[in-house]
Amino acid sequence: MSARTDQRQRADLTAIGRWVREGSRVLDLGCGDGHLLSQLQRHKRVEGYGIDIDIDSVTHCVAAGINVIQSDLERGLSGFGDQAFDYVILSHTLQAMHNTEHIVREMLRVGREGIVSFPNFGYWRHRWQILRGRMPVSDDLPYQWFDTPNIHLCTLRDFELFCQQHGIRILERLVLTDNTPISTAPNFFGATALYRLDALR
Amino acid sequence: MTAIASTLGAVTPQSARFDEPLHLRSGGVIDGYDLVYETYGTLNARGDNAILICHALSGNHHVAGLAVADDPKSAGWWDNMVGPGKPIDTDRFFVVGVNNLGGCHGSTGPSTRNSATGKPWGSDFPLVTVIDWVHAQARLADRLGVTVWAAVVGGSLGGMQAMRWSVTYPERVRHAVVVAAAPYLTAQNIAFNDVARQAILTDPEFHGGHYYEHGVVPTRGLRLARMLGHITYLSDDVMAEKFGRLLRGDNLKFGFDVEFEIESYLRYQGDKFAGYFDANTYLIMTKALDYFDPAREAGGNLAAVLARATARFLVISFTSDWRFSPARSREIVDALLEARRPVAYAEIDSPNGHDAFLMTDAHYHNVMRAYFQRIAGELA
Repeated sequence: MSARTDQRQRADLTAIGRWVREGSRVLDLGCGDGHLLSQLQRHKRVEGYGIDIDIDSVTHCVAAGINVIQSDLERGLSGFGDQAFDYVILSHTLQAMHNTEHIVREMLRVGREGIVSFPNFGYWRHRWQILRGRMPVSDDLPYQWFDTPNIHLCTLRDFELFCQQHGIRILERLVLTDNTPISTAPNFFGATALYRLDALR
Repeated sequence: MTAIASTLGAVTPQSARFDEPLHLRSGGVIDGYDLVYETYGTLNARGDNAILICHALSGNHHVAGLAVADDPKSAGWWDNMVGPGKPIDTDRFFVVGVNNLGGCHGSTGPSTRNSATGKPWGSDFPLVTVIDWVHAQARLADRLGVTVWAAVVGGSLGGMQAMRWSVTYPERVRHAVVVAAAPYLTAQNIAFNDVARQAILTDPEFHGGHYYEHGVVPTRGLRLARMLGHITYLSDDVMAEKFGRLLRGDNLKFGFDVEFEIESYLRYQGDKFAGYFDANTYLIMTKALDYFDPAREAGGNLAAVLARATARFLVISFTSDWRFSPARSREIVDALLEARRPVAYAEIDSPNGHDAFLMTDAHYHNVMRAYFQRIAGELA
């Protein structure tokens, strides 16, 4: 859950750095070594907290002076108050969650807004590999089928339908390939998707 | 506990006399008192590299190093954590351990002489609470030239003192490290404490707490109290693993002598403890635990109390600790989050129950080391 490659980190930073307001309060779910939070603290002066289940990630965060809470996201965010954060970030973690609906509901309970990023399964390189009879392996999906933590992969269209069905409003979307925004046929040409969301109340 | 060769070598306790009366939470007053303490490392010129280690129920000022030169058995109770190159590195920090008021290791307490009567205080020694200890420790800090603690650290009842420091003297605490603690005791916790106290109070040799004058010690009660305590400090799993149903002999004896290894272990621990610890101190310490509840000051709202703190917090719990379970540490963490205080929280996977906070564990010690290196970096 904590393995984010540089490539993905860069893409997330570009978009998330653009969306997150200066001085806001941010919770990063599956924060890994705290890289995203430390960048946001440096450049956006956010009041940041992270959650990760892995003790080595927690130790890294502690060493870096990141506020980190060791916890299992699968158990939800109980203990965190409603709307306690301006943003709750789920960066390249959604596809590895067992209980997808639960964590998305929780992130929009605890955060006024949610920021979700995930690899687009509908990216043409992934489709091409499937057409050739193989499970996709790429910069964004770096794992072999037999040892992947990714159990809930989806396309942009899948995710947008999910939002529609769960009372989630998409405030903003950014689709990137090699860190370049994609506007034409994003579900085909986009490698990574980022969404800014809130809950329809 | 395994004895690890101390790298601090022999250490010598010191004593400080305080003649200014200390007004207690209970309404009582202690006119003057002594505190026994040890220090390791050197206070820097700015006086900002000091760390206070607060002890738990049966602990004392002897945190690290050897009380008796070359005797590894005389190592301090947290010698695996505190020393040169250890997670709390005495090459970088000035570390202070102090025996709390009411203790039985040299600081003024029930077994020391009451100057008003010329006899040991016994049960006339007032009930002291966590906040009273913190005020007394603050006076020791003044005496040592420590204006701000780089960190106040403690496990269990010691963690409660760290929490209390952070809200009572917020300007004097940069970091509070709260290990295997709880924001208050549950009914179950208090119940265990009361059974322990009843064992002592009903021992015929307790003599209303003035057993010193009778030349006896309520050994049976203290022994039972410690045996009960020990059960709650270990996890079911670790007991099963260490002792299981192992017998001391080959066959069942159908009697009440020691048969199972666990009985032997508990009796040994009970006897050892009753041989050096003071029963009145045990009563006081358990009451201090029972009374601890800082949220009471804000109608039960812990976040409102912790909002006074300016320190950063490190909170640590252990998965198999059922005396102060991870859920209890999460109450502290959640309150800190609500109070918008900086906090890091680690839930260490350990089979060792409440005792885990005293034991060597790579993950636990790595987190502590990382945190204290960070603090050392802030000072540099």
